[in-house]
Amino acid sequence: MPQQHPSEKPSPNVGLFITCLADMFRPSIGFATVKLLEQTGCRVSVPEQQTCCGQPAYNTGDRRTSAEIARMTIDAFAGYEYLVAPSGSCVGMIKYYPELFDKEDPYQQLAQELADRSYEITSFLFDVIGLEALQQQLQQLSIPRTITYHDSCSGLRQLGIKQQPRELLKQIDGLQIEEMTEAETCCGFGGTFCVKYPEISNRMVSNKSEFINDSGADTLVGGDLGCLLNMAGKLQRQTKDAPGELVEARHVVELLADMLDIPGIGEQEVRQLKDNVSAKNYALASELKSSELTGSELKTSAITAEQEAK
Amino acid sequence: MDINTPFFKARASEALQDENLQQALGNLKQGFPHKRAIAVERMPEFDDLRDQGRDLKNHILEHLDLYLEQFESKVTENGGHVHWARTGEDANQIILDICQQVNAKTVTKGKSMVSEETGLNDYLEKNGIQPVETDLGEYILQLRGDHPSHIIAPAIHLNLEDVSEAFHQHHNKPKSDDPVTLMQEARDALREKFVVADVGITGANFCVAETGSTIIVTNEGNGDLTQTLPKTHIVITSIEKVVPTLEDMTLFLRLLARSATGQEFTVYNTLSSGPRREGDQDGPENFHVVLVDNGRSEMVGSQFQDMLRCIRCSACMNHCPVYGAVGGHSYGWVYPGPMGSVLTPKMIGIEKGAALPNASTFCGKCESVCPVRIPLPKLMRHWREDEFSKHLTPKAARYGLSSWAFLAKRPTLYRQFTKLSSWGLKLLANSSFGGDKGKLEKIPLAGGWTDFRDMPAPQGETFMQQWKQRQAANQTDGESS
Repeated sequence: MPQQHPSEKPSPNVGLFITCLADMFRPSIGFATVKLLEQTGCRVSVPEQQTCCGQPAYNTGDRRTSAEIARMTIDAFAGYEYLVAPSGSCVGMIKYYPELFDKEDPYQQLAQELADRSYEITSFLFDVIGLEALQQQLQQLSIPRTITYHDSCSGLRQLGIKQQPRELLKQIDGLQIEEMTEAETCCGFGGTFCVKYPEISNRMVSNKSEFINDSGADTLVGGDLGCLLNMAGKLQRQTKDAPGELVEARHVVELLADMLDIPGIGEQEVRQLKDNVSAKNYALASELKSSELTGSELKTSAITAEQEAK
Repeated sequence: MDINTPFFKARASEALQDENLQQALGNLKQGFPHKRAIAVERMPEFDDLRDQGRDLKNHILEHLDLYLEQFESKVTENGGHVHWARTGEDANQIILDICQQVNAKTVTKGKSMVSEETGLNDYLEKNGIQPVETDLGEYILQLRGDHPSHIIAPAIHLNLEDVSEAFHQHHNKPKSDDPVTLMQEARDALREKFVVADVGITGANFCVAETGSTIIVTNEGNGDLTQTLPKTHIVITSIEKVVPTLEDMTLFLRLLARSATGQEFTVYNTLSSGPRREGDQDGPENFHVVLVDNGRSEMVGSQFQDMLRCIRCSACMNHCPVYGAVGGHSYGWVYPGPMGSVLTPKMIGIEKGAALPNASTFCGKCESVCPVRIPLPKLMRHWREDEFSKHLTPKAARYGLSSWAFLAKRPTLYRQFTKLSSWGLKLLANSSFGGDKGKLEKIPLAGGWTDFRDMPAPQGETFMQQWKQRQAANQTDGESS
């Protein structure tokens, strides 16, 4: 345990809510989250009594089961100052917990308390911990990529997450954000929706992948694995015969925690991304930084690099 | 109107294949939301107005009886008549009676969703009275024997060719692909109808209690002709449309136009306050208001009360990605989109209407644009709860959910299950199902997913497994150091 100066605020005691999808499909998201939290001085534990936030039951109309799962989660995170999860959707669900109990039920109060101290990871880092704590580490990273960010519905509309991941990502050297059209439109995942109404879901994710491809980004980034599985799955199906065209999908924490040595979502191997303008410009810029070229020379070289890339 | 809501899925599937419809929906998506965004941008206090609108509507719903009674006595004072219709059939009967009293042969109609709800046109026709829709969109639909697919742009699902064909068949004129020519044709045809109509029937966007007035807002002016030219004007509207004062009405007009079409104000805002008085230049001799309940009073005080705040602006459907994919007809009854997904089960029963509240990803876009802040996803979830508690949820889903719940409530068992599943999926990804090892192209029993997209395969061991190993290793390190 890190030594504490008596005058310093004790390091926050954070319980990681891993989310059922990340637990099963992409543990690296959990480890990236832990890494980020530890980098900002948090003590992180993973309560064993957690399973899922209960959203499948809640959205199917089974209040009793959702309340039982809520009670279990409340107990599991009782001793922690914060609950942090790499998902706006699951944290959004936790915000619904108080509604699941009657006013007289002691769990109503506990649910409210848990809801109040639960955060999605980028919101926790930016809104609670503050950018400064992580800024130095982020600024040391260099990720020459062009990304486009999908705003997942619950995070965006329930928790107001829009600026936080972008501000964090902006700190990374070489990383360029290209906003896609309709970044805020649902990707069609919707939990059970995608299996209840597969054709409608397919139309929605098809529209989405068009916007992703049109953005010119080489990497799709988001904060919810459900949406990312959906979009990555669609992008892969579409580029089945042209894997070189594939836009890589990643959870935002994987970039922030510099964990790009693991394959993108649905990929087996770490892929050398297709050369693109930003990567070339980035390489060029770093090269020029070390030599001492004038501004106009730099500009000319950048234009040449762009033309070459095209 | 036939209830086709139980066939939502099949109708949606057809709609997804219909290229013309998809093009029309694409235009809609580009149009109204964009215009709304500009209008909202230009009005910094828009969100405050929404709060005011929500609060005022809540106040009205708390005192609905009071304001309705006030409205009734004012209309009577002005020389009009108010009729109370418990059901849609009651409303149709009342309107037919009034029409028969004045020996009506034809009636002109302004656009009214409530009359779609009651099936008024069919009812009048069956009883020998010819209703003529005068809203251009509704007129086109009537010629085609079609129904609205949107509440403010009823014919949004049609293209120019469809309109041209319908006009060609009914106007005895050569086909044209010029919208102006077509519009002029409709104008000429409708003008004759306006002149001969015995009765004019309109809806009402609001009913003002303090003055006993009803108001319709249109962009075509057809409503004015419908309500001022015939000798009898009948307003068919529903009970939740009442507002206390004229000033309150203006608050909603500001919210309505911006939310619906992105206009600052609708072009025509026409108030009717009773029959023509002595010295009036025009106006009907008889003025009737039919107030339709049709299940609404049951919603007061229930978990669906918030829905009665709806001012029928259509912002929810204009912004809904599901509506945008399948269009209004898929919803199978009068009200489409998110507002319809809440309202329809109330009116046709959850047994027939359950497909609609389930057809949502709960993305929340509808709520975020609703001018009176109706929590539409929450209300759809109420329906799902109703469906679940009545054991109407499909068996497979119910079984799946209860198996999942059994595990989700038992962390130790759940760990074993996720461990096995992730191992199994990984194995599948590495076998012939995969083709590529990072993903699955086909998963048994998960066709809904893999028919359209690959399923990314698990990375390997679950997080929980790996975390435990990490903790154990750390501990060993700690002990050995």
